[in-house]
Order: sequence, then C-alpha cells, then structure tokens
Amino acid sequence: MRIIVPIKQVPETNAVRMDEATGTMIRDGVEAIVNPLDLYAIELAIQLRDQHGGEIIAVSMGPPKAAAALREAISMGVDSGVLVSDKAFAGSDTWATSYVLAAAVRKIGAFDLVICGERATDGDTGQVGPGIAAFLDLPVISYVSKFDSLVQGACRVHRLVENGYELLEMALPGVLTVVKEVAAPRLPTLRGKQKARKAEIPSWGAKDLDVHADKLGLAGSPTRVVKIFRPSVARKCVKHVPTDERTLNEAVDGLVGFLRGKQLI
Amino acid sequence: MQHEGVWILAEQSHGRVQRISHELLTRGIELASKRGTTLTALILGNNVNQDDLQGLIDRGADRVVAVEAPQLESFLPQPYMRCMLKVIEDYRPEIIIAGATSTGRTLMPLVAIKANAGLTADCTVLDIEEGSGNLLQTRPAIGGNIMATIKTPNNRPQMATVRPHSTRPAEPASGREGQIVRLKAPQELLASDVKHVGFSPNVEEQALSDAQRVVVVGRGIKKGENVELARRLADKLDAAVGATRDVVDRGWLSYPHQIGLSGKTITPQLYVGLGASGSIQHLAGMQTSEVIVAVNTDPEAQIFKVADFGIVASLFDVVPVLLEKLPGK
Ligand SMILES: Cc1cc2nc3c(=O)[nH]c(=O)nc-3n(C[C@H](O)[C@H](O)[C@H](O)COP(=O)(O)OP(=O)(O)OC[C@H]3O[C@@H](n4cnc5c(N)ncnc54)[C@H](O)[C@@H]3O)c2cc1C
Ligand SMILES: Nc1ncnc2c1ncn2[C@@H]1O[C@H](COP(=O)(O)O)[C@@H](O)[C@H]1O
Repeated sequence: MRIIVPIKQVPETNAVRMDEATGTMIRDGVEAIVNPLDLYAIELAIQLRDQHGGEIIAVSMGPPKAAAALREAISMGVDSGVLVSDKAFAGSDTWATSYVLAAAVRKIGAFDLVICGERATDGDTGQVGPGIAAFLDLPVISYVSKFDSLVQGACRVHRLVENGYELLEMALPGVLTVVKEVAAPRLPTLRGKQKARKAEIPSWGAKDLDVHADKLGLAGSPTRVVKIFRPSVARKCVKHVPTDERTLNEAVDGLVGFLRGKQLI
Repeated sequence: MQHEGVWILAEQSHGRVQRISHELLTRGIELASKRGTTLTALILGNNVNQDDLQGLIDRGADRVVAVEAPQLESFLPQPYMRCMLKVIEDYRPEIIIAGATSTGRTLMPLVAIKANAGLTADCTVLDIEEGSGNLLQTRPAIGGNIMATIKTPNNRPQMATVRPHSTRPAEPASGREGQIVRLKAPQELLASDVKHVGFSPNVEEQALSDAQRVVVVGRGIKKGENVELARRLADKLDAAVGATRDVVDRGWLSYPHQIGLSGKTITPQLYVGLGASGSIQHLAGMQTSEVIVAVNTDPEAQIFKVADFGIVASLFDVVPVLLEKLPGK
C-alpha cells in the first residue's frame, strides 16, 4: 500500500496571538507540535503498512519549520516526508489549503489512501480532508473510527455518526479522515529519531506544483477574516456563599426554590 | 444570473425530517428577513415523508426542494455532492447553511470546493452585513479563545455550518403556505465509490445531545468513583450526565460525555455544573443552556459568569443536601 498522510503543524499552547490587521495567526515564539489528531492518522497508516507492506509519505503545508512535524512523523515510523512551503501559500483558508495539498498529493504520484486527521486543533474546521478528496475527484469517508479490512481493492471501515456507527466500503484509491478511536498512537523510537534526524525532506513551492498563482494564499481564499474579538459572556448570577451548615441549608433551599420557580422540578 | 435566496440543508433519516433542519430554519428565517429574500429548505433522500416536508413550510420555509432517489436514502458523499451541485447550478442560492453534523461537515466542504464557494465551519453567530448584504459568519478560533468574524466577499454561494443544538428549533405556525418541489435525482449523478454495508446504533450517544436536563461533572469531582454522586443527582432531576474534557481525559467518563468545543454542544433547559471551572472551551458547548446552575469552591470560577444560580461551596457538601431536599424518587 502507498499511503499519504497530510499532517499539520499547530501551536502547542492556546496562548496564540492574532494579527488583527490580516486576521491571520502570529505563530512566532509559540512552540509547534504535530496536530494531536493527526497522530491517529499516522498510527493507522503505520499499522496498515506493517500489515500489507508498502510505504507512507507524510506531507505538510506550512512554513519551513513545519519540517519538524515531518521529522516527528518519521520518528514514529513514517517512511518519508514532503514539505509544501512557499510565501505564496501564506494566509490560505481551507479552500486554498486543500487546493495546494491536492496538487502535492498528485505530484507524489500513485497511492491507495490519503489519511487525514479529523481536524486541526488550531483551524478546527475538519474541512481540508474532504477538500483534498474534492480536488482529486476521489471518494472520501470521514469520521472513520475503525479500520475493518481490505478486500479486493476496497477498504471496509466504521464511520462514527450521531446515533451509531456506519459500516462502509470504499473502492481505492480514496481519502479517509479518522477520529481518536481509530488507533492509539505510538511514541517515537530511538531508531526512528535517528532516521528522522538524517532524513532528506524535500520542499516544494508553488513553481514545483501544478497550481494557478491566483488560487493561492490569501488572494486565492474565498473567505476573509474581517474581525477578531474576545468572546464576552455574562449573566446575572445569584451567588450563595455558605459558611456553615445553616447557610448551606439556606443556599440549597434557595436553589430548590429557584428550580421550582423555573418549573424545572 | 444573480445569486439569490437563503437556503438551509435539511436532513432526513429513514425518510423523516431531523430536528437539525428545524434548528436551521430558526437561523434561516432571521437571515432571509434581514436580507429581504426567501427561505428554501433543500433535502436529499428517498420518499421523504410529505407531512414532514409540509412541516418545514409550517416552521418558516417558503419553499422545500426535495431531491430524491433510492441511492440518496442515506448519506453517501459523491451522489449527495453531485445532486447538491446541480441544485446550486439550477437555483443559484446566495447563502447555504447546514448543520455541523457528520453529514453537513462532510458534504459542505465537498460542495464548497467544487462550487468555488467559501465555507465557514461551526459558526455561532450568523448575520447580514448592512449595505453589502454579505453573510457575516462568527466562529470560535484557536481553541475558543478568540472569536473571528468571517465573510466571503466575492464568491457565491456563501456557505456555513452551525453546530447542532446551538439554537432552538423553529416552531410550527398553522396555515403557512409554501411550495414543495419534489425532484427525481438524475441517474447519472448517483454513482458512488462508497457503499453502505451495515449500521450499529449507539443510543446512549444520542441521549445526551437531546437531553433537556444535564448534570455536568468537572475535575472538582476528584475521583472516578465520585461520579456516582453526580449520577444520583442526575437521576433525581431526570437528567443526563455530561463531563468536561479533564474528566474525560482522566477516564472518569467516556468521550461521548464530553461537552464543549471538542465535544458536544448542548442547549438543555437546565445545566448543573459540579466542579467545572467554566473554561472558554467548555462554555462553547453549553452557554446557550436556558438555566445554568453552578457549584464550585472557587468564587472566581468563570462558570459563575454564565450562571443564573451559583453556590460557592464544595459539591461534596452541597449535593447530599440537595438530594435530600429535592422532591421525588
Ligand atoms: C483546543 C481545545 C479544546 C478543548 N475542548 C474542550 C471541551 O470540548 N470541553 C471541555 O470541557 N474542555 C475542553 N478543553 C479544555 C479546557 O480548556 C479545560 O481544561 C477544561 O474544560 C477544564 O475542565 P474542568 O473544569 O473539569 O477542570 P478545572 O479547570 O481544573 O476545574 C475544576 C474546578 O473544580 C472546582 N472544585 C474543586 N474542588 C471542588 C469541590 N469539592 N466542589 C466544587 N468545586 C470544586 C475548582 O474550583 C475548579 O474551578 C479544550 C481545550 C483546548 C485547548
Ligand atoms: N497545512 C496542512 N498541511 C497538511 N495537512 C493539513 C494541513 N491543514 C490541514 N491538514 C489535514 O487536514 C486535516 C483537517 O484539518 P482542518 O480542516 O484544518 O481542521 C488535518 O487533520 C490534516 O490531516
């Protein structure tokens, strides 16, 4: 099997600042990690390769330092990584990101599966996986919670939906997006880390891909962030601060009365 | 030709219209009235119940477009995508809103890419910009620490998803009139590389989302065994049990119980938080609850900012007394 795993590098903490003018994130000075939900995609890919043979290529679109995410994937057991990086890609929304990643996947060549995480913890949209499938004209199954089997050029998987699990079969090649339940990610091994350190990571820019300049980055993105603000939340809270048994009883009586008043009991 | 009209993507299961459709109508009615245009509900399925389609009209749609074929009985990405693209081509809607359900979250990105449209996920507020008439889509960003307002200035349709249970369903009004258009899906759009093989239901999963009362356990519960105390309160209140992420991460309750940004969104009549701090990510999943009660030892806990009734005390002191004083069982 040849499996491509798109992984995103995301900020480690949620103490991220935003550039109020462009509406994009300021990533400088924040530690970056592999999107935690992409580790499940990596793990499933490794299990499939170990079972059926083949190779896994991780691909990440981002600034040059996103190469570190690819090295981490390699240290877990991924065979190789491709960085997709160009100033022209900066400020891409999910449309433009899917467009570029699909072009990168096409350049990598024939494959059986593209396996994505459910969503990235920073952008948090879950749109890029289906987006890649749309650009590649491939079938997609989202929210895969269990990989059942491979049968005659098709894969059989469980898909997590609101009221249960669908059992689906998809002809290969195709795209999967996976949820946490799909596999328990392994830790990098010492040998993996050595391999990762030495790995050659090619970097592809716009000129290396079959893409149109006007569909890239901020200019190629249909959506625009026009305002950023801190969420405000406020209700008038009746607050009881009991200090002993008597005031505790009063507070609870107060609550029971309140619930009765709202006809909740 | 101009793009015109607000559309919602209604959902059906076994031919019956699902609640999310009625929630979307609540959003759609407001947008259509602000934009001074009509509201259409699109539904893909097979033999969708006629009364349910009329129900969409009763609840505020001016028109229902049902695209039907046996292959559309349940969600399959490719045929659904092609049929929706065909509808967009034929009707040219200006705005399409869908639920951030397993269907909506998969179908909308597929369609947005193919239709060259902008798509914003998980919007909490939707509005129309005065003057331009653009759709203003507000959503939490970066783990909910920030809200971002997004628009799609040049591409049409403008597409967005909203989380299930983030609004109340629109109420039916009798005597509303509207047009129901049933279309047979063209055969050439129905091929699929994905096949349904089976389904196994998980009832518990659905119960929490639909619950009218929820007791939520936060890390203040201290130990997995103590969750039992919250369960007893939940039983007495006829409530479901939910949890914060910290509780789920510790394995005290399973992931389907998680409420918040990376869990479920709930809009119950009553939310009772026991030892939950009220992090912004947790609030993202519950602050639209009708009545919020919080018990927390920390008077400065964020949860009190959104609560209607708060007790600053240990839940281990409050809950036993409350269990005694509550009527019933
Ligand atoms: C991208 C992202 C997504 C996230 N998604 C979610 C999500 O979906 N849902 C979610 O819940 N969190 C989510 N989080 C985590 C969130 O930031 C908080 O860490 C979490 O909600 C805190 O849970 P908690 O309130 O149980 O714990 P804490 O914040 O530790 O709060 C425990 C509270 O219990 C109180 N307490 C202690 N003892 C007692 C007692 N005896 N009686 C009463 N009160 C007591 C304390 O005063 C404190 O306020 C997310 C975080 C990130 C970065
Ligand atoms: N910049 C990126 N580079 C590589 N993969 C990405 C990138 N952005 C998103 N993905 C993939 O798409 C999934 C969904 O991301 P998102 O739509 O941003 O929430 C992620 O889990 C990754 O697998």
